[in-house]
Amino acid sequence: MTNSLVTVAYIAASALFILSLAGLSNQETARKGNVYGILGMVIALGATALGAEVTSYTTLLAVIVPGAIIGAIVASRVAMTSMPELVAILHSFVGLAAVLVGIANYLQPESGLTGAEETIHGIEIYLGVFIGAVTFTGSIVAFAKLRAIIGSKPLMLPARHLLNIGMLVGSVVLGVQFMNATGSSGLQPLLIMTAIASLLGIHLVAAIGGADMPVVISMLNSYSGWAAAAAGFMLGNDLLIITGALVGSSGAILSYIMCKAMNRGFFSVILGGFGTAPKGGGSKSAAGPVGEATSTTVEETVELLRDAKNVIIAPGYGMAVAQAQHPVAQITKILRDRGTNVRFGIHPVAGRLPGHMNVLLAEANVPYDIVLEMDEINEDFAETDLVLVIGANDTVNPSALDDPDSPIAGMPVLEVWHAENVVVMKRGMSSGYAGVDNPLFYKDNTEMLFGDARQNVDAILGQLATVSSKTAVAAR
Amino acid sequence: MTVADKNLAEANASNASEAKTQLKVGIPKEVFPGERRVAATPDTAKTLQKMGFEVVIESGAGADATFSNQVYEQAGCQIVSDAAQLWQTADIILKVRAPQMHPTLDRHEVELLDEGKTLISFIWPAQNEDLLKQLAERKANVLAMDAIPRISRAQKMDALSSMANIAGYRAVVESANNFGRFFTGQITAAGKVPPAKVLVIGAGVAGLAAIGAARSLGAVVRAFDTRPVVKEQVQSMGAEFLELEFEEDGTGSGGYAKTMSPEFIAAEMALFAEQAQDVDIIITTALIPGKKAPLLITKDMAESMKEGSVVVDMAAEQGGNCEVTRPNEVYQHHGVTIVGLTDLPSRMANQSSQLYGNNLCHLLKDMGGAEEYKIDFEDEVVRGATVLQEGKITWPPPQASQPSPKPAAEAKQPAMLVTSEVKEKSVISQWLPLIAVGAALFGLGIAAPPSFLTHFTVFVLACFVGWQVIWNVAPALHTPLMSVTNAISGIIILGGMLQISGPVSSPTTILGAIAILVGTINIAGGFLVSQRMLQMFRK
Repeated sequence: MTNSLVTVAYIAASALFILSLAGLSNQETARKGNVYGILGMVIALGATALGAEVTSYTTLLAVIVPGAIIGAIVASRVAMTSMPELVAILHSFVGLAAVLVGIANYLQPESGLTGAEETIHGIEIYLGVFIGAVTFTGSIVAFAKLRAIIGSKPLMLPARHLLNIGMLVGSVVLGVQFMNATGSSGLQPLLIMTAIASLLGIHLVAAIGGADMPVVISMLNSYSGWAAAAAGFMLGNDLLIITGALVGSSGAILSYIMCKAMNRGFFSVILGGFGTAPKGGGSKSAAGPVGEATSTTVEETVELLRDAKNVIIAPGYGMAVAQAQHPVAQITKILRDRGTNVRFGIHPVAGRLPGHMNVLLAEANVPYDIVLEMDEINEDFAETDLVLVIGANDTVNPSALDDPDSPIAGMPVLEVWHAENVVVMKRGMSSGYAGVDNPLFYKDNTEMLFGDARQNVDAILGQLATVSSKTAVAAR
Repeated sequence: MTVADKNLAEANASNASEAKTQLKVGIPKEVFPGERRVAATPDTAKTLQKMGFEVVIESGAGADATFSNQVYEQAGCQIVSDAAQLWQTADIILKVRAPQMHPTLDRHEVELLDEGKTLISFIWPAQNEDLLKQLAERKANVLAMDAIPRISRAQKMDALSSMANIAGYRAVVESANNFGRFFTGQITAAGKVPPAKVLVIGAGVAGLAAIGAARSLGAVVRAFDTRPVVKEQVQSMGAEFLELEFEEDGTGSGGYAKTMSPEFIAAEMALFAEQAQDVDIIITTALIPGKKAPLLITKDMAESMKEGSVVVDMAAEQGGNCEVTRPNEVYQHHGVTIVGLTDLPSRMANQSSQLYGNNLCHLLKDMGGAEEYKIDFEDEVVRGATVLQEGKITWPPPQASQPSPKPAAEAKQPAMLVTSEVKEKSVISQWLPLIAVGAALFGLGIAAPPSFLTHFTVFVLACFVGWQVIWNVAPALHTPLMSVTNAISGIIILGGMLQISGPVSSPTTILGAIAILVGTINIAGGFLVSQRMLQMFRK
C-alpha cells in the first residue's frame, strides 16, 4: 500500500471517528456511532499494517491477538457499577503505551532532522512521555481509589504544592538537559523524568478526594488524548494528532462540565484546593441541630407511593453502592403500570464518573426517556407529590443555594424540597463527602427512612407488589 | 404451684416493691356529655410504658373510641373499675376535657385531684377562671394542652393543631352529608353535574384542612383570611384566595388573627354578603384567642343563600361566626342547613384520640419521661403550658422574647448565589488570554519549521471540531463517551506498529510490542464495553 493510499485511509478513519462521537448525541444514533468508531479503527490499523513501514507481521500478530482477547474478556465481564474503575485502568494503558512509544522512538532516531525540527521533535518526545507517565500512574491511583484498594480521603501532604512545583521544575531542568544531549545520551534524563512524572501522577490523584473522582477521570481521559496527540507530532502522523485532539477536547469538556456542576474551579479541584480561600467549614451554619429529622417507616413510604401521582427519584452514588438500582427499577415499573408518573432526576456529578447513574439505570432496564438531567427536571419539583432521595446527600443540599458560607455554596443542586413530600433513604445521620450538615433532613416535608438502602427498597418493592396483585384481583 | 407461677409471683413481688418508684399515668373516662375521645390509646399507652410509666385506665374509658378494655390490657395497661380509684392511684392524670361535675360520683372532678398530683388536659384558663381557682385550692400541678406555645419545636405537642386539623376535615364531611349535590363537577350522559362552590373563612389549621378536604372531593374552593401571609398557603392547596382592597394586616401575635378596624369589618361583611349569594357551602373557622368568636355571617346573609346550601360553623362553641347558629344542633333555617356541631373531633374519636395521645406522649417525653419527670420552668414549652404549680397560678406565662416575624422584604432574600454570579470581567482580563495566544502563535510562526506547522494546523482544527462535536453529546451518554474516546485513543498503537519492524531483540521493538499489546486491550475492551452499554439504553 503506497503512502498516498495510507493517507487516504487515515482521512477516512478520521472522518469515521468524528462521526462516531457525533453519533453519541442521542440514544438512537449512539450504537451506530460505536460501529463507525470500530470501522475507523479497523481501517486505520489495517492501512498502517499493510503500509510500507510495517514488515514483521509475526510480531504484530503475536501482540495484537492476545491484547484483543484480554480486552474482550474484561469488557464482557465487568459490572456496570465497576465502570469507573474500568475506564480508569484503560486510561492507564494509553498512558503506558504513550510512554513506551516515546522512549522507543527516541531510541530509534529519525534521520535527517536538524535544527528547529530536531528541537521540536525532542520536545514532542519529552512532552509525550511526560504526559503519558502522569496519565499512567495517575490512572492507576484513580483505579485503586475507586476500587477502594486505597482510601478515598485525599492525601494532604504538608508541602504538597511545593512538592508538585518542585517536580515540575525538576522535569523542566531535565528537559533542558535532554535537549542538549547528543546521540542517545539523553536517555538518562528522559528516564529520570519518567520516574518523576510517574510520582507526580501518583501525588496529583492521591490528593483528590473520592467525591471529586468524576473530574479526575475526565481529566485523565483528556490527558490520554493529549499524550496521543504528542505522539502524533512526534511521529508526524496526522491521524494520531486528530484523534488525540478529539479525545483531549472530549475529556476537557467533561471536566469543565463536572466542575461547573460542583461550582468549583478546575484548578482548585485538581490541585486539591489550591487558590481557593477555605470556606468557613460550615461552622457558622451548623450551630447545633437546626431542627429535628422525622423518621418514617417502609409502610408509610409505601402509602405515600401509592397515593402519589407524580414521583421523582433522586439517586446518588449510595444507591449504586447498595446495588439498589434493580429493585428501584422494578418499583418504577409497578408504579408506572399503575399510572403514576415516575421520573429520575440525575445530578451531573452524581456517581463517580460522568453519566454513571444513567448507565446503572439503563442496566436495570429503566427506560431512558424518564431519566432526566438536573436542568430538565429542577423546575418540576414544585408539582411533584413525592421525591425519593436514595443515596444522595450533597447533590440535594439546600445550603448550596441558601448559605454563602457553606463549602458547597453556589453548587447547583436538585431542588427536591419544593415537592410535597420528600423521603430520604440514608444509613444514618452522618454527613456526605463535603462534610456538611444537610438542612433538607430537617424540613417539615422531609422524612428519613433509615437503614440499608437495598433492604429498604426491597421491602418497599415487596409491599408494593402484594398491593398491586391484590388490587388486580379485586378489579376482576 | 408451677415453676412458672412461682416466677410470676416473685416477679410481681419485686415489681410491687419497684412500683413505689414508678410513676403511674391514669386515664379516666371523659364525663363531658357526648365526648368520645380518650386521652390514651393502646398504641400511645405502649409509648408511655416505654418511657417508664405505668398506665392505668378507667374501665370503659376508650369504649366510645372503639378501644375496649381488652385491647388496653393486651397493651399492658391496668384497668381500674372506678373513677375515684383511678384519680387516687395515678400520679399524673391525662384528660381531654377540663375537669367538671362527675355525673355518677356526684362530685366535681376537681375534688378527685389530690395534692401533689399532676393533671394534663385542655383547660382554657382564660375562659375558666373559676375552675382555675378551684384547682388552685387542691395544691396540684396542672398543665393546659391549649396553652402549649406555638413554636416549631412544640408542634408535635400542639393539640390545638392536631384537633383543628381533624375538625376541619370533618367539617367538610358534615357539609357534604347535608348537601344535596356533588362536590365534584361531572359531565354524564344523563346531564351535567355542576361542582359545589365552597367558601372557607379563616385559613388556620382547621381552615386549611377544610380546604384540602373540599378540594380532594373536587369542589371549587375559595378562602378568606385577615392575614395576608396565608395567601400562599391557600393557593398552594389549590383554592382561590379572596382579597379585600384594604391595606390592613390582620396578623396578631403568635400567628393568630387580631380584631380588625370597623372599616375593615364593613368591607369584609360586604364581601361575605356577596359570596353568600354565590356559594353553596360556607365553612367558618374564625376565632380570636380569649374572646367571643367574631360574627361574620349575619342572619340576612344566611337567608340570602340558595336553598339547599349549608353553613358549617366551627366556632359554635365560642359563640359562633354565624348569627343563626344553634350550638350542638343541625337545623334548617329558610332552606339553609346550619351545622353548629361542637364535637367534630369527637366524632372521629378513634383518630383524634390517637393524635391527642401522641401529643401527650411528646409532652411527657419533653418533661423527662418517667425517669426524670420534672416540671422544668427553664423549658419554654413546659413553662407555657403550666397553669398551676403546687397550687400557685402560673398562667399567663411571662412573654418569651418572640422573634418578630421578619418583614417580607427581608425574609425573601437568601443570597441566590447561583443566579448572581455574573462577574463583571474587566477589559484587561478579557483581552489578556487573546493577546497571549496571539503572541504564542506569532512566536511559532517565526521559529517553527514548516513540517511542524502543517501538523499544528491539523491539531488546531481537530480541537475545534472536537469541541463542537462533544458539546452535543447527551449527558446521559457521558459514560459511553468516555469508553469510546478511550477506545479511539488506543490508536496510539500506530506508533508502536511503526517501531516493531526492526530486529526483534532491540529495545525499540520490544517497547513497541508492549505498547501495541496494552493499546489493543484498550481498543478491544473500549469498543466492546461501549457496545454493551449502548445496548442497554432502551426506551
